[in-house]
Amino acid sequence: MQFMLLFSRQGKLRLQKWYNAHPDKLKKKITRELITTILTRKPKMCSFLEWRDLKIVYKRYASLYFCCAIEQNDNELLTLEIIHRYVELLDKYFGSVCELDIIFNFEKAYFILDELLLGGEIQETSKKTVLKAIASQDLLQEDEAVEGALRDIGLL
Amino acid sequence: MALKKVKGNIERMFDKNLTDLVRGIRNNKENEAKYITQCMEDIKQELRQDNLTVKGNAIAKLTYLQMLGYDISWAGFNVIEVMSSNKFTLKRTGYLAASQSFHCDSELLMLTTNMIRKELNSQNQYDAGLALTSLSCYISTDLARDLSQDILTLLSSTKPYIRKKAVLMMYKVFLKYPEALRPAFPKLKEKLEDPDPGVQSAAVNVICELARKNPKNYLSLAPVFFKLMTTKTNNWMLIKIIKLFGALTPLEPRLGKKLIEPLTNLIHSTSAMSLLYECINTVIAVLISISSGMPNHAASIQLCVQKLRILIEDSDQNLKYLGLLAMSKILKTHPKSVQAHKDLILQCLEDKDESIRLRALDLLYGMVSKKNLMEIVKKLMVHMDKAEGTIYRDELLAKIVLICSQNNYQFITNFEWYLTVLVELAQMEFGSKQGHVIAAQLIDVSIRVQAIRSFAVAEMAQLLEFYASNSQFSIMQDVLYSAAWLCGEFASELKEPEASLIAMLKYKSLPPHIEIVFIQNILKLYACCLMKYELAQDYDKICGMYEVTQRKLENSLKSPEIEVQERASSTLMILEVVHCEVMAKKGVKTEQIMEDFDLPIDAEVDKGETVAMQLLNLFNGDLNPVAPKAQKKVPIPEGLDLDSFIEEPDFGENEYSSDSDYEIKGNLFVKDSNERNSKPELTEEEKVKIREARKNEQMNNPHYLKSSNKKYEDIPVAELQLDVPLKVLSKRSDKYLKFDNGAKKSRKNKRSKKHKVESSTDDDNELVNKTLMVNQNLELPEGATLSDSEGSVGNPDDPHRALDIDLDLPGLDEKKLADSPQPESNKIKSKKKKHNKIKKDKSVAAAAAAAKQPGDDGENKKKMKKSKDKKEKTKKKKSKELSNEYEEALGISTPSKEFP
Repeated sequence: MQFMLLFSRQGKLRLQKWYNAHPDKLKKKITRELITTILTRKPKMCSFLEWRDLKIVYKRYASLYFCCAIEQNDNELLTLEIIHRYVELLDKYFGSVCELDIIFNFEKAYFILDELLLGGEIQETSKKTVLKAIASQDLLQEDEAVEGALRDIGLL
Repeated sequence: MALKKVKGNIERMFDKNLTDLVRGIRNNKENEAKYITQCMEDIKQELRQDNLTVKGNAIAKLTYLQMLGYDISWAGFNVIEVMSSNKFTLKRTGYLAASQSFHCDSELLMLTTNMIRKELNSQNQYDAGLALTSLSCYISTDLARDLSQDILTLLSSTKPYIRKKAVLMMYKVFLKYPEALRPAFPKLKEKLEDPDPGVQSAAVNVICELARKNPKNYLSLAPVFFKLMTTKTNNWMLIKIIKLFGALTPLEPRLGKKLIEPLTNLIHSTSAMSLLYECINTVIAVLISISSGMPNHAASIQLCVQKLRILIEDSDQNLKYLGLLAMSKILKTHPKSVQAHKDLILQCLEDKDESIRLRALDLLYGMVSKKNLMEIVKKLMVHMDKAEGTIYRDELLAKIVLICSQNNYQFITNFEWYLTVLVELAQMEFGSKQGHVIAAQLIDVSIRVQAIRSFAVAEMAQLLEFYASNSQFSIMQDVLYSAAWLCGEFASELKEPEASLIAMLKYKSLPPHIEIVFIQNILKLYACCLMKYELAQDYDKICGMYEVTQRKLENSLKSPEIEVQERASSTLMILEVVHCEVMAKKGVKTEQIMEDFDLPIDAEVDKGETVAMQLLNLFNGDLNPVAPKAQKKVPIPEGLDLDSFIEEPDFGENEYSSDSDYEIKGNLFVKDSNERNSKPELTEEEKVKIREARKNEQMNNPHYLKSSNKKYEDIPVAELQLDVPLKVLSKRSDKYLKFDNGAKKSRKNKRSKKHKVESSTDDDNELVNKTLMVNQNLELPEGATLSDSEGSVGNPDDPHRALDIDLDLPGLDEKKLADSPQPESNKIKSKKKKHNKIKKDKSVAAAAAAAKQPGDDGENKKKMKKSKDKKEKTKKKKSKELSNEYEEALGISTPSKEFP
């Protein structure tokens, strides 16, 4: 996978993850181009696009579009599956996820994505394992927060 | 001290945190830019403080702004500061910011090497995990080289979480630092058998990606993968393995034969569409590569096509699209199997979804036959009227042309029909590039199908007349180009060349490349009419025609385009000369008539004697289409050495010939009087000779300006100036007075303008197939064939090219590993261990070599049997595996169905 974009129906970017390094200008151009093309497509159209030498796979969940760019030989259905898996993970983590969850906890959304994919390749297909990894890392953070608070008030 | 801390905390309470920022942006929708500039200022303020927590907060906010599209590269150093914190919370923020904002060309990355190494070796698996995840986004060649050893060590970590990430990370390392592949490969291969399914799947992923780009180096792994394929049920992994086999089979047909059975089994059994789709794709690839040497080959194709039909019939648009896509792959090799489903494909042409219609169009060219071509094209023409958006229209047009012209117009029974279709198409609206397609077709058909020529020319003449008489008449300009050319070139087929000439003379504001075609062909038509009039001795009409044409061409002389100007002026000159000639002849004639009243007026006029004949000679000769790539295939004639001088430059004697100019460049302007005197005296004969040679040289040298003729007063300077005339008109007259030269020149121009057509050299003995059939003569240099392929040139920037490393040379492994540059800190340690290491690696390599022996058929069959047995066993084991806390994706289906 080359990159993944999340954007709203209004065309606002909610998350961008690039697995190949591009200059910022190019990223912006690609994003703008894709958002406009995808938003103009009608809901009954299929989820695949031929774009430059890549294939674009996108899917709309509620008000959010999830859009991935894959290479010519990659499996489109598998990519849809990855998108779906990601949505499921977000859903489990936030508890019936909505766009606002992702806006306010965008870093969590990134963390979850990073546990699912690494360098554009599927890293973990088990939902449980991903969520467990996220939970333990969150726990680490909480421990630190408690520790920090205690230290601040002089108990430690 | 405590007081300061409390004070700091209170201050921090007034800082905006990430949530505040997000909320603030949402509340300030009207002046978002202003609000964000304000926030940026705050963030810069916060980054100046010493407190790392404050900095972390600032970096988190920056990451959000980065996502919105703001540049945060200026904060790179602060990001590294936060990354280096001891606290996990801050590290997490820092590494996320890094992975989002760092670029692999950044110089900042140098600062991160040791920090990342420290994290990779951390006791906490999540620290290492963070570093790996982040590193994968911005790894540079330097980082890859310096850290490859550390990441390689992580492959043997006790924690599957780390192993999994490290395996995937190795792929990124290979891409940046290909030298790491060979030493790392044995370890990577071990991971295919890792007890943890996640690690195993990661290893499959990496090797699959590597093998897809350079399959031949991974053939020896086929048995391992075959085993995995038949024993595993994880669809994610199966898809990757099957994809890998798809890449391997073209290199090893035997593998393909073995694959067919398990793949067809999977096709029958799986409920996951993505897996089914992957299997079908690989089966198609396999069948293409092993051609028809298989007994149940037809059955497999049939199965694929059947399954694809089910996909296409599905209401899910995605499946429909992919089904059509896969069909088009089958169409290339097994057109008959696809043709059976013509009804379905024609039905897809009516689909609401444009992308599906486009895919169906791709298939259409395999569906046509002589019988249904006209009907299908008619359907497409209806679509054309309805179609919105030029992309689909353009595609439709391209497809109509493609299906009609394929195989030398094999399916066209009625060319008049095809021409009419083309003319109809020409009057529709398309993208700018499409006119050229139609124009090329019109010319191609008219040239190659001789029987249709008169019809085509009549049609074109009509087009031109419409165009001239009706300003509302919309037509693609490129088509005018072919219309003008056809009318001119085949003027003899025209019933009323005068009318066409008049229509053509009415052109207005054409693009220059078309205008020159008009001018050129006006001359051809003129010649044709002139012949007619001359035979009839109708000198009044000749004069009338001359005046009209002259007036129009004089307008074109004012064109800002140099090509148009040139063409117009040379044509004008030719016309003038021809007209003078005609008038002179008329004078002679009238004198004769005056002298001898008995002479009948038009009895004596012979075709050969007319001036028009001479003019027509300019355009003599048949035209054949030039084969694509013909130019490249012209062989260099034997004995022609392009590097040798045609005439050896004479350095010794003639040092003042302009060839040796550069030798005396030093004093080009300041002439040394002594130097002049020191020249050896030349005899009169020699002087004349040299002068001749120099004149020649100067004539042929278009850049001739830096004359060294100051030295020789006797050189006729005036003559040379003729090459740079002051008046444009006078120059042409010189050239075109010589008819033959002019003719050749104008024809040459024509040739270079149009790549499609070229006059078939001057010798007329060439036999052109003059039947009703499509003329298949394509101009090609002798000995060259159309099928000569050119070596395909891959993308030189593809990092995978560097990864084309033969991994089956075990002897080199240990050397490479020992040689591979190691991080400085590790060097001392590793030196001690080196001896042991090499021994170890040797045994590993030997084992690997043994395992890699590509088994002969017998062995493989055994393996297959074994694997079948195992399959049954694993089915029993499945329940155990499921309880293994690892979720297997049992049936992947399109999520679109699950989520309405």
